Amino acid sequence: MAETFKFELVSPEKLLLTQDVWQVVVPGTEGDFAVMPGHAPVLSTMRPGMIEIHATADDQGVRYFVAGGFAEASPTELTILAEEAIPEADLNRDNLELAIRNASDDLTDATTDSTRTRAQETLDHLNQILTSL
Amino acid sequence: MASLKELRNRITSVTATQKITKAMQMVAAAKLRRAQERAEAGRPYAERMGAVLANLAGSFEGRADAPRLLAGTGKSDVHLLVVATAERGLCGGFNTSIARLARERAIALKGEGKTVKILCVGRKGEAVLRRKFAAEIVELMSFVEEKNVGYTHAAQVGKRVLEMFGAGEFDVCSLFFSRFQSVIVQIPTELQLIPAKFEGTEKDSGADFAAYEYEPEEDEILEELLPRNLNTQIYRAILENAASEQGARMSAMDSATRNAGDMIDRLTLSYNRTRQAQITKELIEIISGAEAI
Repeated sequence: MAETFKFELVSPEKLLLTQDVWQVVVPGTEGDFAVMPGHAPVLSTMRPGMIEIHATADDQGVRYFVAGGFAEASPTELTILAEEAIPEADLNRDNLELAIRNASDDLTDATTDSTRTRAQETLDHLNQILTSL
Repeated sequence: MASLKELRNRITSVTATQKITKAMQMVAAAKLRRAQERAEAGRPYAERMGAVLANLAGSFEGRADAPRLLAGTGKSDVHLLVVATAERGLCGGFNTSIARLARERAIALKGEGKTVKILCVGRKGEAVLRRKFAAEIVELMSFVEEKNVGYTHAAQVGKRVLEMFGAGEFDVCSLFFSRFQSVIVQIPTELQLIPAKFEGTEKDSGADFAAYEYEPEEDEILEELLPRNLNTQIYRAILENAASEQGARMSAMDSATRNAGDMIDRLTLSYNRTRQAQITKELIEIISGAEAI
């Protein structure tokens, strides 16, 4: 078995998950990245998307939907502070459509080019998740 | 002295009141436990958020390009007081003590010639403050229909505060709520939200953080985290408030129940005395009537 690191998934309402894992895929604002033991220390914000948790190398992985937040990685630890986190099994059209509505609001409210691009990316990504459901 | 019937009625009504206060006390105790659990569950998030921000903020200290949420507007002319109270009464001095703290602060600020604006969260505090500061209250946000006030509600309040800040409607924002210490002790507290202040958590972990890579850049992250931190602080205040409210209600209802018990004892005593006196009187009448024959 490969070595593991400590992973915590925290939402404002509670500590959702704390376990030793082998790899976690994080939807960073500037692209998805996988965190494995010994990862360089990184602090990254997240866009709405799926995080994927693999407890071992040959594990299928557990997926959670997060509606943004940030991730803090160090060689021995990864903490994800998610605004909202829903296990994939509980994810349904309603939560997603709500997130999509928020994203489209952001898009219409966007005043600068960079925020507009970001809102558009978020919206596209959410739609992609919705169709894959 | 009151008649027997009157006394009997009063005893019945006090007993009914006692039943209600007793039930309310037990409900409050159950809710308190849940509120405490929620407050505890929310702690890891707030703590980590605080630690990360304290470090990020440290690197911006004294820099001119620091975000406005962190550095403020450079003035302190207009103060926004966010007063978080309960939606319901019958919880002892809970609402009044928060409102009193806010009121004293508002009076002090006005004395210094500053402008004061008040945003009420929870309608009980608004009712108290309206008497004196009707003109200063800009808005009332009430979640009275909600069973469990959650993060989304805190985010609504946060969004409103940010909108006002964005529109330049105030310079300094403080939050008033009640910190839960124990069932009997709740401390009304003032917390400054904007410009953001952090407790000194960075000392022990400072070295680790220096090595962090940031994605996106530091200032962008800070830009995104500060509003989120605002929501988290408000959410924490709401949780603390919920626990305090239930604690205050529990002890208030406990003493009300005990009070009602004492009252029933007193009333029963005087009921029995009156009854005895009446019987004695009737006996005397019968005996003296019989002797007269």
